[in-house]
Amino acid sequence: MTTAIAPPGKGRVVRAAGSVVRAAGLAPAIGEVVLVGERGLLGEVIRLEADVATIQVYEETAGLRIGDPVTATGRPLVAWLGPGHLGATFDGLERPLDRLAAAGAVHLAAGRAGDASAIDVDRPVGLDLDRRWAFVPSHSPGDRVGPGDVLGEVRDGPIRHRILVPPDVGPGTVRDIAPADATVETQVGLLALDDGSTVPVRLAHAWPVRRPRPVVRRLAVERPLVTGQRVLDMLFPVAEGGTAVIPGGFGTGKTVVEQALARWSDADVVVYVGCGERGNEMAELLATFPALADPRTGGPLLARTVLIANTSNMPVAAREASVQVGMTIAEYFRDQGLRVALLADSTSRWAEALREIGGRLEELPGEEGYPAYLGSRLAAFYERAGRAVAVGGPERTGSVTLVAAVSPPGGDFSEPVTQASLRLGGTLWALQTDLAHARHFPAIGWTQSYSLYLDALGPWYAANVDRDWATLRATAIELLARERVLLDVVALVGADAIPDGDKVVLEVARLVREAFLQQHAFDPRDASRPPRVQVALLRAVLAAEGGLGRAIEGGATLEAALAAPVLEELARAKTWTGEDVVVRLADLERRVGQLTAATAVDTTESTGPGAEP
Amino acid sequence: MRLSSVRLTGVERIAGPIIVVRRVADMALGEEVEVVGPADRRHGRVLEVTEDLAVIQVYEGTFVLEAGATTIEPSGEPFRLGVSVSMLGRALDGRGRPIDDGPPIIADELADVAGAPMNPAARDNPVDFIETGITAIDMLASLVRGQKLPIFTGAGLPANDLAARIAVGSRLIGDERFVTVFCAMGVTRREADEFRDAFASSASIERIAVFLNLADDPAIERLLAPRCALTLGEHLAFDLGLDVLAVMTDVLAYGEALRELSTAREEIPGRRGYPGYLYTDLATLFERAGRLRGRRGSLTVVPVVSMPDDDITHPIPDLTGYITEGQIVLARDLHGRGVEPPIDVLLCLSRVMNAGIGAGRTREEHRVVADQLYASYARGRELRRLVTVVGEAALSPAEHRILAFADAFEDAFVGQGPARRTLDESFDAAWAVLRTLPRSELRRLPQEVLDARYPETRP
Repeated sequence: MTTAIAPPGKGRVVRAAGSVVRAAGLAPAIGEVVLVGERGLLGEVIRLEADVATIQVYEETAGLRIGDPVTATGRPLVAWLGPGHLGATFDGLERPLDRLAAAGAVHLAAGRAGDASAIDVDRPVGLDLDRRWAFVPSHSPGDRVGPGDVLGEVRDGPIRHRILVPPDVGPGTVRDIAPADATVETQVGLLALDDGSTVPVRLAHAWPVRRPRPVVRRLAVERPLVTGQRVLDMLFPVAEGGTAVIPGGFGTGKTVVEQALARWSDADVVVYVGCGERGNEMAELLATFPALADPRTGGPLLARTVLIANTSNMPVAAREASVQVGMTIAEYFRDQGLRVALLADSTSRWAEALREIGGRLEELPGEEGYPAYLGSRLAAFYERAGRAVAVGGPERTGSVTLVAAVSPPGGDFSEPVTQASLRLGGTLWALQTDLAHARHFPAIGWTQSYSLYLDALGPWYAANVDRDWATLRATAIELLARERVLLDVVALVGADAIPDGDKVVLEVARLVREAFLQQHAFDPRDASRPPRVQVALLRAVLAAEGGLGRAIEGGATLEAALAAPVLEELARAKTWTGEDVVVRLADLERRVGQLTAATAVDTTESTGPGAEP
Repeated sequence: MRLSSVRLTGVERIAGPIIVVRRVADMALGEEVEVVGPADRRHGRVLEVTEDLAVIQVYEGTFVLEAGATTIEPSGEPFRLGVSVSMLGRALDGRGRPIDDGPPIIADELADVAGAPMNPAARDNPVDFIETGITAIDMLASLVRGQKLPIFTGAGLPANDLAARIAVGSRLIGDERFVTVFCAMGVTRREADEFRDAFASSASIERIAVFLNLADDPAIERLLAPRCALTLGEHLAFDLGLDVLAVMTDVLAYGEALRELSTAREEIPGRRGYPGYLYTDLATLFERAGRLRGRRGSLTVVPVVSMPDDDITHPIPDLTGYITEGQIVLARDLHGRGVEPPIDVLLCLSRVMNAGIGAGRTREEHRVVADQLYASYARGRELRRLVTVVGEAALSPAEHRILAFADAFEDAFVGQGPARRTLDESFDAAWAVLRTLPRSELRRLPQEVLDARYPETRP
């Protein structure tokens, strides 16, 4: 068996260990997809030496033997792009997990032999092959079309799903096109290309996941991805088309932040990639999303969401595929002129997969065993985010905003994946273990975090939220910085030893933290707030500095001033709801700012149960 | 099930737990083999195959094997465990063979111990509260059916005792108790005996299957033992519809066995010499916890993880924390003060708690009571630190009350002693300590909850 001569296009396994297999007798290209073994395990060629190809296998390799057949497919790893992604759940190789579950596949078997989870590299099996779509063409036979042009559309939940000429096809002439009740494989038209060939038009086309989809030109960012999260929108915004990095040790709430963005961000489409993470988290998303409303359309939240679930116990090589598949799907929606948020949790697991494969290839390791190309791989991924004018007509502008979670070992941000990500990300949301332990959520630290988009987004905030946003933001940040210095002093000399003015700073900073920054992800009143409400609350909180200062100057004790009922209102104001909430917060701001000695409560006369005996 | 009667004699190299053998027949990756030495038969698994050689890990180690006198017998298939409900009440070794005086086990079926990843879309969201009888866990870091919740511990802390109490005491409210699969990985005989005693004394011994790979058992078999235990757990849960609690102790010893194997294979080490795939490997254990939609049973996993030098950032607890849905953390200072169980609630977390508590599951006010307990206790701990700097005299009367609350919280709320507490009793304990504070300081509790549980008379 081991000495059998392989037929053309066929090779045989000559070595296998873990997810790396070597095969002889093939003449593949780097990046070519091959099918390994009797079960046809999906693999990708990652190295060529003389007659031997090294393959990373995306599925469980147990059971492979020397001499097992390896078949070349002649194509790179692709994602199938077309209607049917929204609301569905896929694994890292675009297998339809939800439909497999409905068909009874509670566990995932490897390979394509006699299994519903078979991957057919030539057909868009990830998309529902039986579902029918009403295709409405926007061109007629005889029209000239070029790469990326919109040929027509179908209705896919909340979005008009445009059917595009693939960006690498054309130019040419529409020879045939007609309205159709079509599946993703139905030929709904025909293009006659200028080189004399013809290309059928179908609702789905394939695109190599490692090749960024082209754009006409990149655009500067100009507005934020509004998240509904106060600490993000007010202090550390990420631009629509920008990138954000969320590093955090375990238990700091990376996943809660990612899920909050999936729920509340104002993107048209959310692609959520669970890369090497927990299966139960995916189950939770699937259980809760159908009941939640899309903040933009009012429709079910799941209808704008694409879930890619590559859980931690799935074969490791597929982790890299999962983020690339997710990015390719995101780019495809961008090319339709939509605003897409790609949420990747966690890129560290992908990096670890690179490390594991690199180790099996016996590559010389870089820092902490990661391969030397870690930085360039991450860079290639991050740079696929952005705002851009899509290829083809009519003109469409879309964006991919990338929010990447990072899981630093031991919560230590000096490790290679975090550091490489920081060089690439435009916004850092640093999750801090001490804040999480103090149950300050979201546990995003204000000293380490930053946003490089402040200047670019300033005009948008001034025009749409509050003309003083930049000043208010700076005031809040400065107040928190002063608190940090003062707390060091207090730890040495005690709270009584610092002047009243500093005590006011401490109290207002506490209000900023507790009444403003802390946001309850599981309280429906507080989970997401529009920017106008956020800024009104920030104004009310910051007004306390003036109000408390005046009350103390007027002779009140700090304790008495703090007992003023209006501050109690302020502490609960983040849960206020209703149409008039901005007006009420503005009124609260006025009343907080007008605190005087007269409004202070003389706590010595109080007879409530909280009073001193 | 022997498919092959081939005996391979060409052993090239023996090093640590690894044997390299010249291939004269095709062996499959992951295949189970028997290693026949002069004195005994051992078991191995094929890790790597090339055209000339096969690399085999030997579970029992290679001590006294000689290259010339060792033969390899392939089995033709991966290791399968014969699983059966009759394993409950039995003591088994790390390969699932009985080591007590009982009869042979008749298998219901043979199952590949590697398991297959659960389809995430076929999972059911964990939502059913498990009453463990441990107040700190039930009130503040609730365990939910299908969750994986480890206990992080340090040398000398009573983690196994806590694990045994959870295993014995856990029940769904108003429902049957759980069956337990216990897997000892590299623990001492004394620890294993303690665990069994805890079961024997609660007359639960017929509800537990015990897989033992003790500290002096072959280290590499430690990689197999938890897979056997979880495979039985899956069978009981998903084929037979039982609620199963898998307790595995100690994950640190498991990780060290993995490191030993990795080093013998001359792999590039990651942090502290552990292999780069440690995360993935641990995930293939812990991720087997869960529930499946449309099936009755559940598999809940409670691993015990030792933190060397109480260091929570050590790779094993660190990576465990990234995989599991929270953690229970034991603290040395609480243990020293006699708080039993010594759970440091500030470091504890249950990620799926919110889905498992509240109206219709526990009590409507569970979340706010937990938040209030946590906030007041955290403030008390902060004040303790402050006192060491500025002295108690510098504190206000309100701050003194918070300090006293923190003491009462540890002594009376967390420190429940050996008794099991029902959820109602745990709530009573919670309100007893909360009532030591004036109503006005319980800001996280809504008025209506206070009115119902803490009427406006001085305590």
